[in-house]
Amino acid sequence: MTQPKHLLRSSLIASLLAASAFAAHAQKGETVKIALIDPLSGLMGPVGQNQAKSFQFFAEKFNASNPAGVKFEIVSIDNKLSPVESLNALKSAIDQGVRYVAQGNGSGVALALIDAINKHNERNPGKEVLFLNHSAVDPDLTNSKCSFWHFRMDADTSMKMEAITTFLKDQPDVKKVFLLNQNYAHGHQVAKYAKELLASKRPDVQIVGEDLHPIAQVRDFAPYVAKIKASGADTVITGNWGSDLSLLIKAANESGYTGKFYTYYAGVTGTPSAMGATGAGRVYQVAYNHYNMGGQMGKWMSEFQTRFKDDFYTGSVIHIYTLLGSAMAKAKSTDPAKVALAMEGLRVNSFGGEVEMRKTDHQLQQPLYIAVWQKADAKYPYSPEGTGYTMAPVKTFESYVSSTPTSCQMKRP
Amino acid sequence: MLSSGLTLIFSMMGVLNFAHASFYMLGAYIAYSLVGVLGFWPALVLAPLLVGVLGAGFERMALRRVHKFGHVAELLITFGLSYVVLELVQLIWGRLAVPFAPPAALQGSAFTIVQHPLQGLSLVWGAAPAQLCAGAACSNFPLTRLFMMVVALLMLLALWLLLTRTRIGLVIQAALTHPEMVEALGHNVPRVLMLVFGSGCALAALAGVIGGITFVTEPNMAVIVGSIIFVVVVVGGVGSLAGAFVGSLLIGLLQTLPLTVDGSLASLFTSWGLAVGPTTFGYPILKLSMAQVAPILPYLLMVLILIFRPKGLLGTRDD
Repeated sequence: MTQPKHLLRSSLIASLLAASAFAAHAQKGETVKIALIDPLSGLMGPVGQNQAKSFQFFAEKFNASNPAGVKFEIVSIDNKLSPVESLNALKSAIDQGVRYVAQGNGSGVALALIDAINKHNERNPGKEVLFLNHSAVDPDLTNSKCSFWHFRMDADTSMKMEAITTFLKDQPDVKKVFLLNQNYAHGHQVAKYAKELLASKRPDVQIVGEDLHPIAQVRDFAPYVAKIKASGADTVITGNWGSDLSLLIKAANESGYTGKFYTYYAGVTGTPSAMGATGAGRVYQVAYNHYNMGGQMGKWMSEFQTRFKDDFYTGSVIHIYTLLGSAMAKAKSTDPAKVALAMEGLRVNSFGGEVEMRKTDHQLQQPLYIAVWQKADAKYPYSPEGTGYTMAPVKTFESYVSSTPTSCQMKRP
Repeated sequence: MLSSGLTLIFSMMGVLNFAHASFYMLGAYIAYSLVGVLGFWPALVLAPLLVGVLGAGFERMALRRVHKFGHVAELLITFGLSYVVLELVQLIWGRLAVPFAPPAALQGSAFTIVQHPLQGLSLVWGAAPAQLCAGAACSNFPLTRLFMMVVALLMLLALWLLLTRTRIGLVIQAALTHPEMVEALGHNVPRVLMLVFGSGCALAALAGVIGGITFVTEPNMAVIVGSIIFVVVVVGGVGSLAGAFVGSLLIGLLQTLPLTVDGSLASLFTSWGLAVGPTTFGYPILKLSMAQVAPILPYLLMVLILIFRPKGLLGTRDD
């Protein structure tokens, strides 16, 4: 009788030992599901489709090697750009056992999602969900409405406007500015920060007009372009994206407008084709990446291009996987609550150099680039949508320059 | 243009066609597919014909059967059709916008309005030379818009002539008000109604082809024009061609003109000498500028018309 007991005990100890040894790398080999909740249909569909492909593509790349040794799996859900649909999508994702949610198109959607996630996490301790924001840039998300469960990998509106206005300091030909934006959270913020920052950095610049139009509804921008021309503006600052930007630039080209455009998203699906040759030298973009980053990023971009016949531009996807991988390795777990703590203040090397996830507000601190639309050449060869033109970087702002203060008072669990 | 097709169907058959905008979308998509094979101009003619045949077939197969159950059944079946068409379009052509570009002959500008500081306004056909625009403000007018206007006017004119000046027009008009009498005279009334429905759909498809090249060809296009054409028909007067014309002009102006006005109720009150600030009661509404409320103005007008003149501006029906 003693023999089996002894056996039992030793095997118990052995299994405990094995378990504790395994615990050191508990996350290894685990599958991390990320739900991507973005528009996959409608006018903004092409943008969401492109990002879904980007998430898929880099899931494969990072599954091959990441410091935590986890496998990423993407579940994409169409939210039709509507906050209500997004909440349903979130619910179904949580029901499927997904603990990581990624979204980016539309700050209105992001605000609805983070609100729902905050409530869910409060009510379901131990089953927390983490929100990985890849492109929603409303500064409120990391200021008045900041949340421990929200991490933004894009640069927010205030950072980008800081970069644009600093750049405008050296552009004396910009005298009259027109602000045209989408009528929702992000558009309002772009207009607000443009006015504030222009007033402090270029007080001589006159704002000759300002307009807000419904998002993803307008098919005909001719009346807006007529208004811009009538105001005598030599520059348009717009945070428009997707069809709202490509149709705007198309209408501007058709009616022969010759002023400059300072945009957030000129490199995004559809807009390169709309800009074509007429946009050369006139359309600027501020972003945390551009089409000619070179190095590993350049290789990835051309691989993405050959595989999907589409252009990769949502660089924050790479930030997301890099940060998740390092944070999971650091936390030795894939539990969102532990990963969130590990992600705070984390510094990693990404395509633009070292980036830091600021602890106070969960805003990624990263370099920003101003790029201009011009003919692709040997130096800047990558040409989106086969246009023969490219985004050539004209100015780089290091992380500390583009950084803006935050008023976030975060509640930590 | 779309509204004239709808009003034709409604006035001639008494059928409120909810699927009308779906035929508009179908026109754009079918033309897009045909362009790849035949080129643009044959597609411009063929796509509306095809959609007209489809529409006529739908009338023959489905609408005629439910006709005897009254208006609600007819309304519901067209409503159902609009969903079927939407799903079919998404299945065949996908959920994303298709690259349906105007042909080379319609690209570029029709004429340029040159606003010279010294010589005043002048008109130049085609694109204006660069040196002319250097010292003046130039506004190009895209060729596609001109084409759209010309086709719409021609179509209205042809429709009006057909209905009032030809024998077929007389038969169509008579078939609506006195079907038994027309039948007694030896005309095949159901076939006349089928033709009317088919041609209404063909007109919608023609509008769709031109709308598709000018704006965006994507599955939401039906929903977006769908609501506005009802406004046009109601405002212009149900069953009146001239009303549809006047209504569409009015709605068009109402959609675009306010975009150029920056004023709001707040600035209006201020100009009257009243102090309006962020603390005033209802400021969030008062501060909305005309440009921001422009998208809802047509609907507001429709409500007002329904209250004060239910038959529309030029409508003839009183029931």
